[in-house]
Amino acid sequence: MRFKHLHELNTICTAESKTIAQLMIEEQVQETNTPEADVVKQMSEYYQVMKEAVRKGLTEDTTSRSGLTGGDGKKMAEYIRKGETCSGDASALAMAYALCVSEVNASMGRIVATPTAGSCGIIPGVFISSQERFGWTDEHLVNGLFCAGAIGYVIANNSFISGAEGGCQAEVGSAIGMAAGAMVELRGGTPEQVVHAVGLALKNTLGLICDPVAGLVEIPCIVRNGLGAVTALAAADMALAGVRSAIPSDEVIDVMLEVGSAMPSRHRETAQGGLAQTPTGRKMMQKLAKPKAKRAEPEPESPAENDVEPKA
Amino acid sequence: MRFKDVFSIIGPSMTGPSSSHTAGAARLGRIARQWLGCTPDRARLTLYGSFADTYQGHGTDLALIGGLLDYVTDDPRIPDAEQYAEEAGMEVEFYTSGLPAPHPNTVKIELWHGERACSLIGASIGGGSVSVHSMNDFRVQISGEFPTLVLRHADKAGVLASVTSTISSSGVNIGYMQVDRKARDGEALTAMEMDGVPNPDMLKRLRELDHVLDIRVIDLKRGVDSDAV
Repeated sequence: MRFKHLHELNTICTAESKTIAQLMIEEQVQETNTPEADVVKQMSEYYQVMKEAVRKGLTEDTTSRSGLTGGDGKKMAEYIRKGETCSGDASALAMAYALCVSEVNASMGRIVATPTAGSCGIIPGVFISSQERFGWTDEHLVNGLFCAGAIGYVIANNSFISGAEGGCQAEVGSAIGMAAGAMVELRGGTPEQVVHAVGLALKNTLGLICDPVAGLVEIPCIVRNGLGAVTALAAADMALAGVRSAIPSDEVIDVMLEVGSAMPSRHRETAQGGLAQTPTGRKMMQKLAKPKAKRAEPEPESPAENDVEPKA
Repeated sequence: MRFKDVFSIIGPSMTGPSSSHTAGAARLGRIARQWLGCTPDRARLTLYGSFADTYQGHGTDLALIGGLLDYVTDDPRIPDAEQYAEEAGMEVEFYTSGLPAPHPNTVKIELWHGERACSLIGASIGGGSVSVHSMNDFRVQISGEFPTLVLRHADKAGVLASVTSTISSSGVNIGYMQVDRKARDGEALTAMEMDGVPNPDMLKRLRELDHVLDIRVIDLKRGVDSDAV
């Protein structure tokens, strides 16, 4: 890849009059030696999976295996139909769709990790609700996914994208930054505005701990996806209005690495702190405790050697 | 760079709820199945670390079984994998272990089919990516990202030279290779990640080489059972 930092994305795209999506497609083709048509096809298939997950969340039972979550996406959609929302219909719909996708994830339905399964609701929530609102083609949104992917690539290689490594700021926060930047490009913003949107969004997710109740990708993950979609839209609006991230976005990503590394392990997906260890969180965990598989004591002996058929 | 391309950020398409616990587990199951070469009739899975702590809530057990049935990461049958395993006549036992493991999300998979048996230890390292650390107690380091050839052979001078020259004459480049042996002059195992797909002719010629005991192909893109090659 010709870029490792956001400022390089901006410099190359501005100098070559390209969108970030175009650059990402070219770089992917070069890096993997795969025809452009195949690269675009793969991403288009992912977009269809995302749409299907929204549909499923709106129409099917999304009760999770634990029984702790499900049905909130539908509730939000119903609430929007009934009347005046507090945050505006666009925000509320992005939130509803993000909840839907995250609930499908929790119920073992099919989703696309963007960048992870725990943060899989934010990009579809922002993208699909915006597509309906602005009448965009699928092709336009698929380009948006390449732009989001370029931003995620920078974050992942300079900081982290998993809750276990860097807390929820790394997981949900990365997805918010990716969605915010992509939304700016989808609305016709410049690469420079895209970069500012990422910084604006990430600054406001710093320090977010990963504290899943009972270790499940449900509470608070699903709600954080819903609210994350709204933050992404808001950050995109700021950047499109000309607001700049006073601290350069690449430096914000470096700070994410610093903050995430400093987080104690109990706040990084271990379910040993935060919401997971509140009295209610502990009760939920106890209620779910099932008889576990047998402990392997002593260690099971190794099977016989791989005494397969003799060679042909 | 830890993340090499756009699809390691957007993707994989997968069955929820966790890329580490579900998508990675399905891939590990599938690698083990391809190492055996067919559907196992008995499987024993030992979970370590975070896999042992939270596998039930994450469906890690179902994803592993799905992988053993050769399901890809987004196969809709994964949530009902237990039932499909029963229909396939596959008996599965789960164990958990508190022993230290090379990675928090580690599984030891032992498989049997008739007289045939194999084992591997692998870890789910994040975002659905995996790393296999050992096969039949031989050290390896394979990712499943590339078509991989695993050769069991005798520890004899010249075996590797004839193996690599056979592969190079088929026009396929080896990206990564690791050799381990149990004892001098004993059995050895060589794992090779390839830039291209091993073709049937190459496999046939490899099988015919002196001191080569067995060859398996691990290929998550195609999911071919070695028996069929």
